Amino acid sequence: MKKVINDFKMNVAAKSVNESFCRAVMGAFAALCDPTVEELSDIRTAVSEAVTNCIVHGYREQTGRIYIDAALLEGNVLRIKIRDKGCGIEDVSAAMEPLFTTAGGERSGLGFTVMESFSDSLKVRSKPGKGTAVTLTKKITGKCDG
Amino acid sequence: MTITLDGAEMTAHITGEIDHHTAAFLRSGIDAAFVRQKPKTLILDFSGVTFMDSSGVGLALGRYKKTKETRCTLVLAGLNERDKRMMKLSGMQKMEGIEFR
Ligand SMILES: Nc1ncnc2c1ncn2[C@@H]1O[C@H](COP(=O)(O)OP(=O)(O)O)[C@@H](O)[C@H]1O
Ligand SMILES: [Mg+2]
Repeated sequence: MKKVINDFKMNVAAKSVNESFCRAVMGAFAALCDPTVEELSDIRTAVSEAVTNCIVHGYREQTGRIYIDAALLEGNVLRIKIRDKGCGIEDVSAAMEPLFTTAGGERSGLGFTVMESFSDSLKVRSKPGKGTAVTLTKKITGKCDG
Repeated sequence: MTITLDGAEMTAHITGEIDHHTAAFLRSGIDAAFVRQKPKTLILDFSGVTFMDSSGVGLALGRYKKTKETRCTLVLAGLNERDKRMMKLSGMQKMEGIEFR
């Protein structure tokens, strides 16, 4: 296990207005490591995808909370965990296929694909009826202050 | 967002951040003008967009459903390289009636 240098936790109401709030908070945390503009965009985009999924799919626009956990690990790795206690996913590997969506409407089915391509690792754990947790890591090239 | 009209060409100048929350407002604004103006070309101008996630792809694909019905050309303009890459994950560059500019 890599040593944790810095971390924060928060939980936020699962409202779509908080999508921008969550990515802004994570951007501010990542900024402590002096990331490149590109890395910062990657992080903000991945967080936006995961948070949106909690709201749109996990809770299906009903009330609930989103639990966010972030840690800066030694070696300049940002680890982000975003979790909901919503409906969960029956078949995670099917859900992660590009263009797969159950929502119809105007979802593109690219959320997991985007999270995957903008991070270094992505892990999805889900239990139908219990909820979903997405953990992603991203190496930051800048220098972190312990 | 502002919408401008030049002959049969309608342009939606999108500004700010596109996510699932803001996409709803953008969608209804663009669609209302589209139905009213019946353009032959619909340009989505992303040059004023400061952030976009896959909801931006959904917004473009959703408009494409409408433009296809009326044989209107959909133009995606002003995308930065990164957002263009995201758009292309959907295969839009291969769809008939869509142009990247
Ligand atoms: N937090 C979640 N809770 C329940 N289902 C989810 C969650 N996140 C993703 N999913 C499922 O995975 C599918 C694919 O997600 P994603 O790749 O983000 O595409 P989209 O959000 O456009 O549907 C969703 O349509 C949904 O069925
Ligand atoms: Mg999604």
